[in-house]
Amino acid sequence: MGAGHHHQLYRAGDTLVHRLPPQCKLAAVAAFAMAVVATPREWFAAFGTYALLLAGVVLLARIPPGFVLRRMAIEIPFVVFALAIPFVGTGERVSPLGLSLSLPGLWAAWNILAKATLGVVASIVLAATTEPRLMLLGAQRLRLPPMLVQIAMFMLRYLDVIMDEMRRMRVARESRGFTARDVRHIPVIARSAGALFIRSYERGERVHLAMLSRGYTGSMPVIQDLTASARQWLLAGTLPGAALAVLLGTALFGTGGVGA
Amino acid sequence: MTASLEVSRLAYAYPDGTQALFGVDLRIERGERVALLGPNGAGKTTLVMHLNGILTAGHGTVSVAGLPVAKGSMQEIRRRVGLVFQDPDDQLFMPTVREDVAFGPANLGVRGEELQQRVKDALERVGMLEAIDRPPHHLSFGQRRRVAVATVLAMEPEILVLDEPSSNLDPASRRELAEILRSLDVTVLMVTHDLPYALELCERSLILSGGVIAADGPTREILSDAGLLAAHRLELPYGFTVGRGEET
Ligand SMILES: Nc1ncnc2c1ncn2[C@@H]1O[C@H](COP(=O)(O)OP(=O)(O)O)[C@@H](O)[C@H]1O
Ligand SMILES: [Mg+2]
Repeated sequence: MGAGHHHQLYRAGDTLVHRLPPQCKLAAVAAFAMAVVATPREWFAAFGTYALLLAGVVLLARIPPGFVLRRMAIEIPFVVFALAIPFVGTGERVSPLGLSLSLPGLWAAWNILAKATLGVVASIVLAATTEPRLMLLGAQRLRLPPMLVQIAMFMLRYLDVIMDEMRRMRVARESRGFTARDVRHIPVIARSAGALFIRSYERGERVHLAMLSRGYTGSMPVIQDLTASARQWLLAGTLPGAALAVLLGTALFGTGGVGA
Repeated sequence: MTASLEVSRLAYAYPDGTQALFGVDLRIERGERVALLGPNGAGKTTLVMHLNGILTAGHGTVSVAGLPVAKGSMQEIRRRVGLVFQDPDDQLFMPTVREDVAFGPANLGVRGEELQQRVKDALERVGMLEAIDRPPHHLSFGQRRRVAVATVLAMEPEILVLDEPSSNLDPASRRELAEILRSLDVTVLMVTHDLPYALELCERSLILSGGVIAADGPTREILSDAGLLAAHRLELPYGFTVGRGEET
């Protein structure tokens, strides 16, 4: 079975960060991301401080830097996109090393890269210290739409089952001499996808019956009590709190960087 | 005494017109273990779905420990009837075993320490306590089926209804499940076409065929009646014989 491929973001541990209730961490990361996004792109020092704050959390959670770096690969499409902007951008141009680059394009690229990187790292830290199912329970506690949370919960549970079904169908195709090589094979793959959809749909119906049989009335019952203490909220608030302090401090006293 | 389960003149047609049940009568006393035998398409699953109100009778009645299955009594009926589905992957839909076993009692309003205790007790009874924090898809098929049994035991049912419990099990898992079922002191209705399993676990058997109960009696007698079995497309495995009455 394709066991656990989608769990590899999580890294078991027993640190302060791991132990925080998931809803506190989710809210903290969201607030931190908002502070980052609200920061004007010229405030280099502020971005530097945010990076240091995140590094502090990584250290506290005992996550090896390599673990974070490898998972940052998810950002590569954005990086490629950002790097293209100075070449295709318009406006005032500069030419370091003989390249002709757009100055507004350079600023735009920096803006995207800095903010996306901080956001991605914060999310990686969150995912590395919070089991997926707890993340969903946290989302439930934060009153995210229950339907969405339940859908995500079922995806978490059935991803492996569906992947396995998909693999069995591929084996069945291939053992009858079929391998997908070019576009003419797309209809066959499409029919398989259709069959997979029907199977998954039927499973959904059976699961629904199983849920009804055990007294389900439309909302997930509270199974694990995840109440967070004021202390835990305060602790989780440290990261966005510090980021907000940097943001406001720079706005008031203007020690941000070149443009401030 | 009221029966654990009483079904009378139950008839049902699917919305597409397929008439699956033609008037089923049966009565199961408290503490009995009964096998419901029948060929594919006999209406076994359809009958099972009526027992906890997933399907509502077109005609006739079902009552569980005296309580009729009806719109108003659904929550209590579903507590009383523990349905174990054929595919444990349908039954185990939560991210961990603990949450899955807790799902039923939590829906009934059980919370906190009592909920945790029920989960542990139920898992203990099927010998799966050590898997409590594992995700269901990391368990073997046999283990998943045992956890599926635990999910309904946690609701403290009046009657346990199992749809094809021995299907897809290897011989060892099959035996383990039999031992577990024998150790439980609840009323059991076991749907199966695994005749040796019925003989092993149930003193009494019913044959459902063509949407009606075609036979009802001691399992040994039913399985030794070759003509009866053949008439309902039931077959003992090759080389397996059941002597009538005397020990084999
Ligand atoms: N959802 C459905 N819609 C229409 N007919 C159905 C449906 N499910 C089952 N049937 C039909 O009802 C009859 C009884 O089926 P079922 O109860 O599943 O039998 P068993 O479980 O004994 O194999 C069969 O003829 C089957 O084709
Ligand atoms: Mg069936």
